[in-house]
Amino acid sequence: MGAPPMKRISDTVWEIGAEVKEGMKVPVRIFATQNLINDIDQYVIEQITNVATLPGIQKYACVMPDAHSGYGFPIGGVAAMDIQEGIISPGGIGFDINCGMRLVLTNLTFNEVKPRLRELVDQLYQKVPAGVGSSGFVRLSASEFLEITQYGAKWCVEHGYGWEEDLEKTEEDGMIEGAVPSMISPLAVKRGLRQIGTLGSGNHYLEIQVVKPEYIFDKEAAAIMGIFPNQVVIMFHCGSRGFGHQVATDYLQVFLKVMESKYGIKVLDRELASAPFQSEEGQNYFSAMKGAINMSFANRQTILHRIREVFTKVFGREAEKLGLSMVYDVAHNTAKIETHTVNGKSKPLLVHRKGATRAFGPGREEIPSIYRNLGQPVIIGGSMETGSYLLLGTERAHLETFASTAHGSGRTMSRTRAKRLFSGEKLRMDMLNRGIYVRSVSLSGLAEEAGAAYKDIDEVVKATVDSGISRKVVRFVPIGNVKG
Amino acid sequence: MRRLPYRYLEDVAIADAAFEVSGHTLKEVFTDSAKAVSNIMVDDLESVAKVTEREVKIRSDSLEYLLFDFLQKLVYYKDAERLLFSGFEINIFPGPNDYVLEARIFGEEIDSEKHRLSADVKAVTMHKFKLEKRGDTWIGMVVLDT
Repeated sequence: MGAPPMKRISDTVWEIGAEVKEGMKVPVRIFATQNLINDIDQYVIEQITNVATLPGIQKYACVMPDAHSGYGFPIGGVAAMDIQEGIISPGGIGFDINCGMRLVLTNLTFNEVKPRLRELVDQLYQKVPAGVGSSGFVRLSASEFLEITQYGAKWCVEHGYGWEEDLEKTEEDGMIEGAVPSMISPLAVKRGLRQIGTLGSGNHYLEIQVVKPEYIFDKEAAAIMGIFPNQVVIMFHCGSRGFGHQVATDYLQVFLKVMESKYGIKVLDRELASAPFQSEEGQNYFSAMKGAINMSFANRQTILHRIREVFTKVFGREAEKLGLSMVYDVAHNTAKIETHTVNGKSKPLLVHRKGATRAFGPGREEIPSIYRNLGQPVIIGGSMETGSYLLLGTERAHLETFASTAHGSGRTMSRTRAKRLFSGEKLRMDMLNRGIYVRSVSLSGLAEEAGAAYKDIDEVVKATVDSGISRKVVRFVPIGNVKG
Repeated sequence: MRRLPYRYLEDVAIADAAFEVSGHTLKEVFTDSAKAVSNIMVDDLESVAKVTEREVKIRSDSLEYLLFDFLQKLVYYKDAERLLFSGFEINIFPGPNDYVLEARIFGEEIDSEKHRLSADVKAVTMHKFKLEKRGDTWIGMVVLDT
């Protein structure tokens, strides 16, 4: 397909009209700098214009600056559906339901951590299993696992894997209401049963990072969030593991069977398989998906517990004394009911975010009270070589993107190509020479994650800031990394 | 010339892993697709010993969905039983109103010391999923979420 005409709305906002593809119900809005637009993956355009044809979509189908092509929706795609007339689509959420980022503080400085960095990363590599087929330390029966799908991170805190304060710094307080265990297949439970407390592979990682003084952009917000110059912080990225993947697969199959025959919904890509949100199948998926949201919160909570144990062992002090408090935990693969304004009217919508982070502006009651005046924290994970960001959501994001922003750097090339172009061992050595110590289960997996396989994170963040959908607080620089 | 069993594609889905298979029989295409899925998870498929066996029986209305469900089984076993497979004995035949796959698949438990592990396949996707006959050749295309 040739590139459709794109109208420039502002320096960082681009529109594709609803007339370019038959069946489009709304235009597409892309949030990107000129540089990012120049290099945009054409499949992203094909995929987001397909999304714009989905029943019940409101206002615009949005593309975040880090977008790249995926399956069904592009990664970095946002679509808000009318909850009466619209659909729900597993392809708009992703197989890795509630995949997200967690950022954790320490009161240690770079100089304190540097001499122990190898030991720290080696210990984390031991205690936070990563890679294909890894198992966590929490032994569960199927019924206990189903409790986790209902209670999420709350279950973990009640069982000694976390602090009460962790919950208030987790999106949804670590537990979304409305998960229904009977909507979850035994296959999904079997896939996830041993995976609580594991990272997974691909772009999932656990990183030790440093706050360089020159990269604190908003001193006041940084201070409120507990961030100071030369501080060491921990960031990790993972999701609902095989459990969430199976929930999505189960309902993809259900939706493919009923979508057209029962509901007359035609989609341009079978990965956009959908059911009316108010249908039995749609509601069943929504209830099961919430179970995966909770499992994912529990997974990240358990990993935090292990991180605290490792820091305590390596530094010989209790986690509380090392200041291992959370900044925030935020997801980027979800669909949630939120109130937004469309055509001047406030209404509840089902907002699909696939590889996009919620970015509520100041004042929203969903934001933890300590951050409510700032806006919702947004954690942007960069490639393991470059760096990551902490941003804040804005009021403008509500107007432009249903309060959504980027989630990472965004890939520029496929894993297959990256594996051909880069050597995992050479990359590991190069990074070591630059002061980044990496432990990875897989050298070929490492090659797939080379910095050069990703967009420029600074350019992605610039696009979010210039378009007003986020504001910068701090940029973090990696010094240690554990990956699958 | 030796038939290339499967070919990974670089430009189909940037986020994920895609491959194409072709063969004169369905059995070939199903076997090679299974190997391609396994080979994404472990770099050296030969290192996976054929010491554990599972029987798989699947029915589906279409051959495409039969392939989808079969590959999905491999992803399931990877998580649920920590098994990787390298050997496949597959039979496909028409049922009264559908298609049937019966297979014996052979492999072993994941051992990160022994196996050079690579990407964890999250799911088989329906994005650009294809199984079709062109002339006397079956062609399959699969995009995996990794």
